[in-house]
Amino acid sequence: MSGAVIDPRQAPIRAAPKKALSLSWSDPRFRNIVWQVVVLGTVALIVWYLVQNTTRNLAARRIATGFAFLGRTAGIPIGEALIDYDPSISTYGRALLIGLLNTLKVAVVGVVLATILGTLLGIARLSKNWLIARLSAIYVEVIRDLPVLLQLLFWYTALQGLPTPKNSFHPLPGVFLSNRGIKIPVVEWETPFWWALAAFVVGVIGTVAWSRSATRQQEATGVRPKVWPVALGFLVGFPVLIWGALGAPFAVEMPVLRGFNFTGGATVSPEYSALTLGLVIYTSSYIAEIVRSGILAVPTGQWEAAGALGMRSGTVLRKIVLPQALRVIIPPMTSQYLNLTKNSSLAVAIGYQDIVSIASTTLNQTGQAIEGIAAIMLVYLIISLSISLLMNWYNARIALVER
Amino acid sequence: MSEGSVRTTAQLAEAARDPVPAIAGIAAAPVTERARPNAAAFAPVAWARANLFSGWISTAVTLALIYLIARWAIGFFDWGILHAVWTVPETATGPDASACRDAKGVGACWAMIGDKYRFILFGRYTYDEQWRPAIVVALFIGLYAISAMRRFWRKELLLIWIATLTAIGVLMWGGVLGLTYVPQDSWGGLPITLILSTFGLALAFPLAVLVALGRRSTQLPAVKALCVLYVELIRGVPLITLLFMASVMFPLFMPAGFNPDKLLRAQVAVILFAGAYLAEVVRGGLQSLPRGQYEAADALGLSYWKKTSLIVLPQALRLVIPPLVNTFIGFFKDTSLVLIIGIFDLLTAGKVAITDPVWQSYSTELYLVLAAIYFAFCFVMSRYSHGLEQEFSRTVRR
Repeated sequence: MSGAVIDPRQAPIRAAPKKALSLSWSDPRFRNIVWQVVVLGTVALIVWYLVQNTTRNLAARRIATGFAFLGRTAGIPIGEALIDYDPSISTYGRALLIGLLNTLKVAVVGVVLATILGTLLGIARLSKNWLIARLSAIYVEVIRDLPVLLQLLFWYTALQGLPTPKNSFHPLPGVFLSNRGIKIPVVEWETPFWWALAAFVVGVIGTVAWSRSATRQQEATGVRPKVWPVALGFLVGFPVLIWGALGAPFAVEMPVLRGFNFTGGATVSPEYSALTLGLVIYTSSYIAEIVRSGILAVPTGQWEAAGALGMRSGTVLRKIVLPQALRVIIPPMTSQYLNLTKNSSLAVAIGYQDIVSIASTTLNQTGQAIEGIAAIMLVYLIISLSISLLMNWYNARIALVER
Repeated sequence: MSEGSVRTTAQLAEAARDPVPAIAGIAAAPVTERARPNAAAFAPVAWARANLFSGWISTAVTLALIYLIARWAIGFFDWGILHAVWTVPETATGPDASACRDAKGVGACWAMIGDKYRFILFGRYTYDEQWRPAIVVALFIGLYAISAMRRFWRKELLLIWIATLTAIGVLMWGGVLGLTYVPQDSWGGLPITLILSTFGLALAFPLAVLVALGRRSTQLPAVKALCVLYVELIRGVPLITLLFMASVMFPLFMPAGFNPDKLLRAQVAVILFAGAYLAEVVRGGLQSLPRGQYEAADALGLSYWKKTSLIVLPQALRLVIPPLVNTFIGFFKDTSLVLIIGIFDLLTAGKVAITDPVWQSYSTELYLVLAAIYFAFCFVMSRYSHGLEQEFSRTVRR
């Protein structure tokens, strides 16, 4: 070790000698500190000025600050809620929670549907069939160039233009399309379903374990045991068995037309349908482009090399192309998911009661403008951060591991 | 457009060569069965066989799609042209829309557009003075056209922008040069959409450059933190919350008695919003500049501002023009959100136009016309930015 440093390139770089900070404009460090103090001071001054004005204005209008209003009775009528709500007793806090759940309901369903539709469109745009490729391209170009709010209003008016419940469309048994929304039959939920659900979760764990052991076996012997029969048994067979053993209850509640409206079944409101439909159509046009460029980003040589190894086309797509394309796809896809979630705030324009809609009703009723908007911003920041973290985690997982 | 279609054809040719589509499962014809160019075959027939009928699945899909397109096109032609009502008689109490009511569900009622188009385009602007907003729209389009031309990409362009925007202000407000004064409350329609997006871009741009530079700074951690906070906070929330802030919270922030107009407040919100997004675009340009450029400027002994204004920005900003246009398209579409806080832009004017009891049930026609206007602007811009991108990537590769 001692005296072994012969190559001068390996010698440690000598750090510049530390100089004391001189209070002179020609010292860059001093300049930097002064600049930062100036900028921060200006920002602090502006903030202080705004806070001063705000406290004075609030005092003049006799508005109490703070979140005490969350505990008061809301009295906001809410059309659709995932949890129990009664305007005469429920609080503002609960109303806002319902708004948040409604936002999440649109965002989650929208993200899933937009991903499916967008991926199909992106692949269709690469189709060898000229007509399919052209149609998909036209869809993408037209939808991207129209404001999403215009599209939402259009779909909402279109859904409201559906016939009344009496003359509703009836495409499938138990499904009714009318200007009151979409009516669908529901299966009555009973205890055995919970057990079947638990069995399904166990099945998922079992499938993952089996697939891992199959991979180990493949690495050891070169032969991969079949996974799908076991997976099928675990994921479908086991829950069905449990459900059957518990008496196989199955009762469907059908919507029935009584008088001017339906009873029974579940309703998907026109507001929710219009919002989800509009957001899915709009976002899928962006996702289609992302998917297309992701697939094109995989060099042709990769397809050819995999083909030369004798892989079948499905295997090539799954094992060679998609893992590489995903690396290109994931980051822009994340921002599209965020955009969809943020665009769901346009619900307020078509009367769907999401967090923005309920918060703005709240701040109109209570005058608590700052708290109301802070609540909205907080919700979106938390949702944005969660989606970003989740997608970053996924991105890190599939990232290229280099030497 | 022609360049676009050429590109697409080239892409399709490429797509036909590589096996992606076949794997995608739509045109799953085995590679060996692909129609080969046949010297004797008539070119369009060969093309159709290769691109439309290359296998039985492909043929089935093509035929089904042709059938659907034909049905839709015939239906649309029937509704939009053949059975449409183009004009209605004018009576003492207003237009008589009975012809439209009779054609409801069978034909479109374009008479509504004919009756209301000035309201949709210019809102409640004084009727006899509506030539002024019309000129404003023309000025905006001229400004875009000039900015799009490479030979005007010089410092003088800034002067052109300032002059045009001033002229637009004078025309809209009036009060000087013998023009009657029109208060901001009665502005509306397309000019508002153009004003919000263009002024938003023009005023957000300097802010965005500063923020991007601040975010890239290594010497000033406090400034960097401030810039990161601004950009991430604004990008994390929907534009709607900023507009709400502008309409509800802004009056609280200001000293008592100072209550700026609603349009101005929305404009401030749009500028703050655009600033954060543009800052990220500019930062992308700054990052794509090779490090050697920075080091060379340092080696010449240039100060930070000289380095930035003479070396870095001229190169970085050129690179970001295509994404800048794309961001502008986004703002142009997003200004329609001011509908929610009740500002009279194109979309709001359209919605108000059909609250007229005579025309209440003809929203489809209205939305189609509005869509056509938005589409015309956005499509031209997106084609332009696409062409520019292609050109730039060619230059960089060379």
